[in-house]
Amino acid sequence: MKAGLSLEVKNLSTTFETPLGAVTAVDGVSFDVHPGEVLGLVGESGSGKSVTLRSLIGLIHPPGKVTGQVTWNGQDLLSVPPGRLRRVRGGEIAMIFQEPMTALNPVLTVGLQVEENLRAHTALDRGQRRARAIELFDLVGIPDAKRRLENYPHQFSGGMRQRVMIAIALASNPKLLLADEPTTALDVTIQDQILKLILSLRDELQMGVVLVTHDLGVVAGTCDRIAVMYAGRIVESGSVLEIFDGPRHAYTRGLLASVPQAGAERGPLLAIEGTPPALSALPTGCAFGPRCSFANDACRATRPELAEIGPGRQVACLHHETVAASKGQFA
Amino acid sequence: MTFALSLRGQRRKTRARRIPVSLIVGGAMLAIQLLLAVFPSVFAPYAPDSFDYNALMQPPSLAHLFGTDNFGRDVLSRVIHAYSVDMQIAFFATVLPFLFGTSIGAVIGYTGGLAETIFGRLVDAIITFPFLVLVIAIVAVLGPGLNNMYIAVGVVDWVFYARLAVAEVKVQKRLDYAEAGRAMGYSPARIVFRHLMPNIITPLIVYWMTDMALAILLGSSLGYLGLGAQPPIAEWGVQIADAKNFMGTAWWMSVFPGVAIVVAGLSFSLTGDGVAEKMRTRR
Amino acid sequence: MTDPTLISLEDVGKVFPMNSSLLRFMRGLPQSRVNALNGVTFEIRRGETVGIVGESGCGKSTLARCLVRLHDCDSGRIRFEGNDIAELEGANRRQFNRRVQMIFQDPYSSLNPRMRVRQILAEALSVHRMRPKAEIPARIAELLDTVRLPSDAADKFPHEFSGGQRQRIGIARALAVEPEVLVADELVSALDVSVQAQVVNLLLRLQTELGLTVVFVAHDLRLVRHISHRVVVMYLGRVVEIGPTERIFSAAAHPYTQALLAAAPEMDPRHRNTKPAARGELPSPLNLPPGCAFNTRCPLATGRCFTERPELRATEYGHMAACHLVDAHAVSA
Repeated sequence: MKAGLSLEVKNLSTTFETPLGAVTAVDGVSFDVHPGEVLGLVGESGSGKSVTLRSLIGLIHPPGKVTGQVTWNGQDLLSVPPGRLRRVRGGEIAMIFQEPMTALNPVLTVGLQVEENLRAHTALDRGQRRARAIELFDLVGIPDAKRRLENYPHQFSGGMRQRVMIAIALASNPKLLLADEPTTALDVTIQDQILKLILSLRDELQMGVVLVTHDLGVVAGTCDRIAVMYAGRIVESGSVLEIFDGPRHAYTRGLLASVPQAGAERGPLLAIEGTPPALSALPTGCAFGPRCSFANDACRATRPELAEIGPGRQVACLHHETVAASKGQFA
Repeated sequence: MTFALSLRGQRRKTRARRIPVSLIVGGAMLAIQLLLAVFPSVFAPYAPDSFDYNALMQPPSLAHLFGTDNFGRDVLSRVIHAYSVDMQIAFFATVLPFLFGTSIGAVIGYTGGLAETIFGRLVDAIITFPFLVLVIAIVAVLGPGLNNMYIAVGVVDWVFYARLAVAEVKVQKRLDYAEAGRAMGYSPARIVFRHLMPNIITPLIVYWMTDMALAILLGSSLGYLGLGAQPPIAEWGVQIADAKNFMGTAWWMSVFPGVAIVVAGLSFSLTGDGVAEKMRTRR
Repeated sequence: MTDPTLISLEDVGKVFPMNSSLLRFMRGLPQSRVNALNGVTFEIRRGETVGIVGESGCGKSTLARCLVRLHDCDSGRIRFEGNDIAELEGANRRQFNRRVQMIFQDPYSSLNPRMRVRQILAEALSVHRMRPKAEIPARIAELLDTVRLPSDAADKFPHEFSGGQRQRIGIARALAVEPEVLVADELVSALDVSVQAQVVNLLLRLQTELGLTVVFVAHDLRLVRHISHRVVVMYLGRVVEIGPTERIFSAAAHPYTQALLAAAPEMDPRHRNTKPAARGELPSPLNLPPGCAFNTRCPLATGRCFTERPELRATEYGHMAACHLVDAHAVSA
């Protein structure tokens, strides 16, 4: 592994105070991201994947409260002073969002927005900043960079806006890129381009990437390791190959099976019954229990903890062996 | 944020059960005033027009809580009796514009095209004139009096409801539920009045509430100018007009009717806010 | 009833005027227009599922809306059982509206938030006089059961349901009038993956049980492949390829379809490409390039592609593509 910085997340929890009491959106999540690696945080709406990402760099606003440890470059990001956190955020750690239109300032030219980030995180002078901005636009594949720097966000298409976002994020030579559903709003050919761009930048710059997505196809094509989240907790993690080959949590198994596969056309899909629980009304025991076909009394009584079942492979399911063995039943 | 979605189920229920404070306060104030309007003689200590030349322009006292005016009439009794007139003005001046303007606006908004263009020009023409000036001009033509005032207000006021309804319908008709109605083959009338109307009515009711407050002000202003309610009818505007020569010597003659106007306006506004809060659409 | 063609589209065109500015008008410039649909021609057969795919702006949703007459087409015609739907009047139009039903994408806006489920369904039943008044409650219970919703759902408001359940209500409303054709516009794209499968299964089951013809408009190729018998691929308002599902997915003839398929993320982590499948982006629909609309992005485009617009041509029975190079590379593929 090349020299670089790793992110270590330990026991991260995010709670929100609501009129109905505290709601835990992220509950004891732990993971590492190594340099040059793409970690996928996978889950459905309400699983806590986006909140996790935002919690890492202090983007949770009161009444939200974040606890745990986020170790980056020898310091805990959750306890550093705000000034230091600001330097890390947008500097060593950059973030891109799902909807670039709302993440970009509509009344400033994109050139200005790139330069703003350069000014905040580098010591370049005006001329150098402009040269670097052009360089960045070339890097992310925006043609005619010189002229495009003078344009406003609304003059770009969705895919180009996402490229602008990425250029801004890269301005500070980040070591870690946090991507929150960066391609969900894009068409499939454009999504493909953006994902490939992120991968090539990862190789070039040896960045770690945390990719939040609900699309298992995106995961399969992009991620090295994945962590599957359900109701605020990681239920399974491991390398993408291991998990796609042999899911060991009933939820992961159901998610993979609910995606239509070639060769089984017009047959019924293996759907997961029911809907994800509200975070304010989680069932006792395993949160997935009520929707799980493997669940028994033990699952309803105790909440399974995430346990190591192999090198780099974790699962939080009492019946993970049965789940793994049952694979052939539906494929 | 995504987690908020999963919370909605819970929050919704609590909101549905709770009645907004503004609605409770505004509603209670309105209820009391309506009671005064319907049964003024029960609450008023004196008749509104009984002269008492032995007690001209008395300051507030135990016998006359709000004092007396230049004819010795009890100000409190006149303020109470004025409720009948002013609450009537609030309601009758606005109910027809509300019903007509809302319906016609919804239809215009749904139809669009030429009807909307013509309506747009009409609105432009009408809002060029200050509302009050326009109403005064019409009353001047028709002659003073309450009924003519209702007509004058109605001729102008419906436009504001219609304008609001057009805007609301144009938003709602693009939503899939309205499209779904069209795809189901429902008639335009059904879509406008059964489907769109319940979804646009909230801001219109709120506007109606504010408009009733405005109507009271307008009624009083016209009364004050001698174009609305005619003396010796007890009406706040008329009272203030009567009092204008005695502002320096007998403040109670004008202040108490003035306070009544403010309180009435406030209670309509509060009720409007409360209704808005209560009826906010849940999706 | 032997004619297998239920709906036929003949050279359908739909133009949306852009907001014209006074300045443009005074300069004597023509009003700018977007050609959402351009000479779309194909058939829908009784009992089949036709998938319509393409990226945003390709006109697939406009097409869906034209099929149920939410839009009237500006040129060409759509025939339902041989009759031009634009000419249907009165009772015939109502019959058409009943027999061809649309299900909408957004489960949050497609149901009237102020009506209970019972009212929504009862309205559909009574407007089209599907049942005498006395039988309506029983029919509502039956419909809810068909879409697998609990019977107490009838007395709730839409906001009390999850997205997947609302889509079921939308389907129940469409089924209430016993249609023959369902036009589903991005039926499940607003839903979570695990819930998508439930709704897809429901649609598949209903189609077999009720013998429905389904037009399934979607951008998700995996889903379209899963439920369609035939697939129509659209690009900038035109049909670029049409054919049986397996054929399209195994031997796509048009370079755009090939790019689309290559760009769609695969579920196999072992199978990765590092190069993007298609370069460039959609050209603005306001000024389409002359010749083939895909020529700005096509890796194979030749001189002819920039001057002459390719028409849909059959490559083999039931499979057509609009590409000058179709024979050459269909063989090599």
